[in-house]
Amino acid sequence: MTWIEGRFEENVITTSLEQAINWAKQSSIWPMTFGLACCAIEMMATGASRYDIDRFGAGAFRATPRQADLMIVAGTVTFKMASRVRRLWEQMPDPKYVIAMGACTVGGGPYFKYGYHVVKGVDLVVPVDVYVPGCPPRPEALLEGLMRIQDKIKAQRITKGNASQLPVPHHSGYVQEPEIVTV
Amino acid sequence: MAGARRRRAAPFPDSFRPFSTVTINEIHSRLVQQFGDQITGLNATATDPWIEVAPARWDEVALYLRDDEALRFDSLTNLTGVDYLETDPKKAPKFGHEPHLEVVFHLYSFVHRCRLVVKVKLPRWKNDVPGEIPDCPSVAHIWSIADWHEREAYDLVGINFTGHPNLVRILCVEDWVGHPLRKDYEFPLEYHGIRGK
Repeated sequence: MTWIEGRFEENVITTSLEQAINWAKQSSIWPMTFGLACCAIEMMATGASRYDIDRFGAGAFRATPRQADLMIVAGTVTFKMASRVRRLWEQMPDPKYVIAMGACTVGGGPYFKYGYHVVKGVDLVVPVDVYVPGCPPRPEALLEGLMRIQDKIKAQRITKGNASQLPVPHHSGYVQEPEIVTV
Repeated sequence: MAGARRRRAAPFPDSFRPFSTVTINEIHSRLVQQFGDQITGLNATATDPWIEVAPARWDEVALYLRDDEALRFDSLTNLTGVDYLETDPKKAPKFGHEPHLEVVFHLYSFVHRCRLVVKVKLPRWKNDVPGEIPDCPSVAHIWSIADWHEREAYDLVGINFTGHPNLVRILCVEDWVGHPLRKDYEFPLEYHGIRGK
């Protein structure tokens, strides 16, 4: 809270609009209630009282993608799940952020060589902002990942448009609609 | 009253047999008597003794195993598909098995408290045509748990359970190609554009 120090004068806060907006944004990153495998257990531990992700304003796990700002992909993404992950990501409103949590989502992890069914990194399906390695990562590591998301929000400048746009993967994993033939 | 230890009644009635008295040889001789050459093998010395049954009339044998008064194997505890194949040419001479598929059924009788392992040997491909998966009679109408187990064995190992009510993939996506737990399965290079390697 360094920037706010000494700025209170008779209940008046002087700050820049940019800082105020970024402060509000970074302090209310609501993640989606969404876990795929064992990393989700660690994500739940991060949300629980010992590690308490709510200290960073990210404890309001939303049960719908339409209210969420952050998708923590916690767990192995299979080919079968890839299109669902992509659809959830598409349903989230902008600005949205993605944390790839754990070795499986970073690059296939233990399934890299002999997993016939595992997507070799969730960044093949959705754009990833922060990678948190580990198998599974400690809650501290996930909190660190969240703080890197906050850094990213802090760096946004309202005058210069979006600071960085991640490329969206071309392939979504959707199964093509079968051709309907009417006789 | 207090302190007076009463002798406890026998914990089980006399008819209760804590361990099975039915031996694998008895089961085998009963089956041979009933089905003759359909019972193709017996291994009584293994940790889990098993009986091998020819696939042609396996569903009838299964029904007999379930309903015969002396057997009453009323529970199918496990159903597995096994692919016997060594793809490494260096290790192949020491492998010790002809390439084949096996369906392994673990049965349990709650009436007689005994277990039985039944193996059904199948060729890896029907009529030795690669891509044509072999047939095995379904036992889903005998033990209803076999429904999903057979779907899994079909999905991953590639065994066509004839007479199954709904033989579709249970784990892989509907449009998946091949049966992933076959030893000679080749990994897909991509799935709908997502690269697989």
